[in-house]
Amino acid sequence: MDIQTWTYILVGATFALYIGIAIWSRAGSTKDFYVAGGGVSPLANGLATAADWMSAASFISMAGLISFMGYDGSVFLMGWTGGYVLLALLLAPYLRKFGKFTVPDFIGDRYYSNTARTVAVIAALFVSFTYVAGQMRGVGVVFSRFLEVDINTGVYIGMAIVFFYAVLGGMKGITYTQVAQYCVLIFAFMVPAIFISIQMTGNPIPQLGFGGSYDGMPILEKLDGLHRELGFSEYTSGTKSKIDVFFITAALMVGTAGLPHVIVRFFTTPKVSGARKSAGWALLFIAILYTTAPAVAVFARVNLIETVSEQPREELPAWVDNWERTGLLSWDDKNGDGIVQYVADAETNEFKVDRDIMVLANPEIANLPNWVVALVGAGGLAAALSTAAGLLLVISTSISHDLLKKQIAPNISDKQELMWARIAAIIAVVVAGYFGIHPPGFVASVVALAFGLAAASFFPAILLGIFTKTMNKEGAISGMVSGLLITIYYIARFKLHWIGDEATSGPDNWWFGISPEGFGTIGMMVNFVVAFAVSKFTAPVPQEVQDIVEHIRIPSGAGEASAH
Amino acid sequence: MSNKNMQEYWKKNIRKVLSLLGIWFLVSYVFGILLVDQLNAVQIGGFKLGFWFAQQGSIYTFVILIWVYVRQMNKLDTEYGVNE
Repeated sequence: MDIQTWTYILVGATFALYIGIAIWSRAGSTKDFYVAGGGVSPLANGLATAADWMSAASFISMAGLISFMGYDGSVFLMGWTGGYVLLALLLAPYLRKFGKFTVPDFIGDRYYSNTARTVAVIAALFVSFTYVAGQMRGVGVVFSRFLEVDINTGVYIGMAIVFFYAVLGGMKGITYTQVAQYCVLIFAFMVPAIFISIQMTGNPIPQLGFGGSYDGMPILEKLDGLHRELGFSEYTSGTKSKIDVFFITAALMVGTAGLPHVIVRFFTTPKVSGARKSAGWALLFIAILYTTAPAVAVFARVNLIETVSEQPREELPAWVDNWERTGLLSWDDKNGDGIVQYVADAETNEFKVDRDIMVLANPEIANLPNWVVALVGAGGLAAALSTAAGLLLVISTSISHDLLKKQIAPNISDKQELMWARIAAIIAVVVAGYFGIHPPGFVASVVALAFGLAAASFFPAILLGIFTKTMNKEGAISGMVSGLLITIYYIARFKLHWIGDEATSGPDNWWFGISPEGFGTIGMMVNFVVAFAVSKFTAPVPQEVQDIVEHIRIPSGAGEASAH
Repeated sequence: MSNKNMQEYWKKNIRKVLSLLGIWFLVSYVFGILLVDQLNAVQIGGFKLGFWFAQQGSIYTFVILIWVYVRQMNKLDTEYGVNE
């Protein structure tokens, strides 16, 4: 059977499964809709969190990025997993004990202030919308490559599916669909990785094949050698400065721990000990993909160089032609010798590959059977859809619960609130789809913004809310606002070039040599400093709020997550 | 639970969390970033050690850290009678 037929079968079967689960797990109350009734087992919640967290970027782009960045790619690996340690040890158990539905709920109650709540809602909406636009685009890309439909049609199909289970099922539907999606995506990622690892190093476990030998020497040494020959910097050394690597890693870690769609998952377990445990499961399931990705990156890099470098263009395999048609790969015979020169020097380099195609093209490069190629498509869709659904839920909850119920119309009934949650979800799907079809030019850079903002706003506010009793509303609000503003300023100045003189916005002018991607760490520090300073000079925290803090520090008597 | 017990429980909790975060910092920021060049001089099983920590070792350690935390906290909860 050809790739096309296999794709229809696999994508059709997985979609039927997701829809079946959505119908079976319809939400009946706001509690079902927001936190799946607070009755999800830690294992299931860990699986769902892993799928929620691993987006189209993790599945499709990350291995490709690392493949081209080498050691520098470690920032994603350490950053996106290390954040779970912070989440598990510093936030999840206490937020679960607190027992409300959302992150703005915690900020609003702990800082006894609707202003604080509103700042949190705005930050949550901004972070989530930024993120979801990228997911819908990812859905479109996979559809257009594997089903050969127009990229916009791909986005529409994706919207329809997410619409169906997010609007109908809420958190309950999403959680159980995500469990299925994790299974699909990890299977789809591991099968080609194992095949390729056996092919290249003889070891079926990619994490070990990563250190295995190829061509009579360790594969990493081989790759460093190839890089030196072609003029690239050594794969295992990288080019970023140490301070930048440090700060980017920190921003990604703290940002991960502050992302509302990840935090909210821990509200769904029945007990505090369950919240701790489900962070453990989640990271275990994430680690399976994250330790395989750098191995895949190395295999793909070696395979790519050996296949194309100094080979006559005529003799290259069919996948080169396939991807050349999509425009994501190109060859320009500068010296007219009909042979591909793939080198670091931009003047003489003739071959360009988009980093995003490495994972999708990898099975073809390694000549794997057609069903494996199709499987990767289904996996990419599972990754994109599961993350999009989680984000849409945060968006709809922010509107129906944090804005409407808590501020504008406190008297609406549970039924009305549920209706509004669904309406907000519908609007969110449409807006997300719009961004997927008309992506703003700065989508790639706004992902950095999303992490930076989460790092500079949520993480310090929540942490201080749990670990100090003296942090008051004035401190927390001014901390969040100043952290957000300075991070937005830095990114607007050095990444988007919206303000300031373009001539002075290059890497030479970065503060302390820190790139915009790593600036969230500085934003976080500013937040802490401002919060402490302001809280010293303003009114102390009321006794009943100090009691809330005492209460969330003790695990027993968590009860179920509730609205009141 | 009495106030004194509660203070004691919280202190022990903080101490556990800080020591685990110490390891978290060591394997990623120290081994994977700050000392990566020095550790890369050591080669183990086809990997330069610093590179291995940055792309594999730190992640394995993170998973273990969370599970150690789960165990230690469950024990502490039982000890102070605040488990559910």
